[in-house]
Amino acid sequence: MARKTIIPFGPQHPVLPEPIHFDLVMEDETVVDAVPSISYVHRGLERLIEKRDFVDFVHVADRICGLCSFMHSMGYCQAVEEIMGIEVPERALYLRTIWAELSRVHSHIFWLGVAADAFGFESLFMQSMRLREAVLDVFEATTGARVILGVCKVGGVRRDIDTDTLHGIVDRLPTLKANLEEISAVFINDYSIQHRLIGVGYISKEDAYTLGCVGPMARASGLAMDMRFLGYAAYKYLDVEPIVESTGDCYARCLVRIREIFHSIDLIHQAAEKIPEGPFDLKVKGAPNGEFFSRIEQPRGEVIHYVKGNGSRFLQRFRVRVPTFSNIPAMIKALKGSGIADVPNIILTLDPCISCTER
Amino acid sequence: MSEPQEIVLLGKNELVGVVAQLYAEGYRLVQIGCNTLRAAYELNYSFDKDYLFKNLRITVTPGEEVPSISAIYQNSFLYENEIHDLFGIAVTNISVDYHGTLYRTSIKTPFSVDNVRLPEPPKQKAEAPAQKEDRPRQQEAETEGPEGQKE
Repeated sequence: MARKTIIPFGPQHPVLPEPIHFDLVMEDETVVDAVPSISYVHRGLERLIEKRDFVDFVHVADRICGLCSFMHSMGYCQAVEEIMGIEVPERALYLRTIWAELSRVHSHIFWLGVAADAFGFESLFMQSMRLREAVLDVFEATTGARVILGVCKVGGVRRDIDTDTLHGIVDRLPTLKANLEEISAVFINDYSIQHRLIGVGYISKEDAYTLGCVGPMARASGLAMDMRFLGYAAYKYLDVEPIVESTGDCYARCLVRIREIFHSIDLIHQAAEKIPEGPFDLKVKGAPNGEFFSRIEQPRGEVIHYVKGNGSRFLQRFRVRVPTFSNIPAMIKALKGSGIADVPNIILTLDPCISCTER
Repeated sequence: MSEPQEIVLLGKNELVGVVAQLYAEGYRLVQIGCNTLRAAYELNYSFDKDYLFKNLRITVTPGEEVPSISAIYQNSFLYENEIHDLFGIAVTNISVDYHGTLYRTSIKTPFSVDNVRLPEPPKQKAEAPAQKEDRPRQQEAETEGPEGQKE
C-alpha cells in the first residue's frame, strides 16, 4: 500500500477566486480523501437582522454575493411577501424574471471565462469576459448598477423598464447569442478542453441525489431538478425546460451551463413578449408575522431563504442555504479517486461561490 | 406563488426513525437549519421529493444533545457541524466531526441564546392609548421604528 500524504489545496490558489481549502489525502498521484475547510471570510450577515428593519434588509440580502446579487434579494423578498400575503404586481414578477435570467447569463459566462483561465486558455477567458460586459451594460442601463443591482424590494421592484429599453435589450440578444455560439463551439469541440474534462470528476445520478446536489451539478448527472418549476416570479407563464446531461463528469457540467445560457436568452425573449402593462410595486403595510422557506433557482442551483418574523419590524431569523454549501459533499465524492492534476478542474466545474457560502 | 410547505413537529427521540423513513421513501435532504428561541433552539430538517417540501422540527434546550442523521444522509455532516459551531448545540456521532473548527468566528457560538437578542413582538393595539398618555413625546418617537419606514 502506498504511503499517504496530505497536500493542502487553497485557500489561495490560481484557480480559486475566493478562499476555500481542501486537505487532499493522497496515495501517489491519486486523491483518496478530501476534507474541506471554509469560513476564511465569514461575514455573519444573517445576524444583521437584529439591527436592520425588514424592508432595509433587502440591501443586505443584495450584498450576499456579487454574481447572484439579484437572486438573493428576490428570494428574501419572496419569503417576506409570502408571509405577509402580498400579491406582487404581475409586471414586477416579469421584471424580476428578466433580471434573474440576465443574472444567470452573466454568471454562467463568467464561469466559462474562469474555467478557460484554469485550462490555460487565456484568449477564451478574454472573449468570455468581453461577452459578459454586454450583460453588465444591460444591467447598468436598466438598474443604474452593474454588480449589486438593488432593484428588488418587498412588494415589487424599484424601477420599471420602459418599452423602448426592453425592445433595445431584446434587439441586442441575437448578437450576444451569435457571439456566444462562437465561443461555446470552442468549449464544446476543442480537443484539449475535452481531454481535460471528459470522464473527470464523475458523479452518478444516485450519488447526486443522495448527496444533495443542486443546480447544474445535479442536472449534469441526469437529475431534472430545477426550482423554476415551482412557478415563482413569472416562470409559471413561461416555457421552462430543465437542461439535463447524463454523463455526470466535468464536461457535462460545462455543457449544461452553456445550454442554460441559451435557454435563459430564450426565457428573456418570452418574458419581454408577455410582460403586461401596469404597476411595478405596491406599498407594504405591517410587518411579517410567520415563517417561510423561499426556494428559487440561482445560477448555481436551489437557494433557500428562510425568514421568520413575529410581527415586529425586526425579523427573528433570516437564514440562507446556498447551493455551494449543498454541493460540497458531492465535490468531496468527485475528488476521491481523481488525479492531483484534475483537482482544480473538478472544483471549478462545481462553480463554487464562496461569497454566498460565507454569507 | 404559494408553495405548500408541511411542518411536522417531532420529539427528539423520534427524529432518526422518521428521517430513515423519509430516506426510504426517496426524499432528499434539502437543509438543516436552526432558530434561536428565548430559552431553547428549534431545529428544522427540510426534505424534498418531486418539489414537495417537508420540514421536520424538533425543539431542544441549551445543553441538550441532538442525534446526528449523517448515518442516513451523508451530506448532513456540514449542516450539523454548522449548528454546533454557530449555536453551540452538541450533535452526537457526526460522520465527519470538525470539533468546532468549521467556522472561525470572533465570538464563540454567535447564535446561542446568550448572544442573540430576539425582537419583542408588537404591543397589542388595545393597550396603546393608555400607554400613550402616560409617556413623554420623545420616548414615543424612539419606539416607533426607523425613520422613513413608518407605514
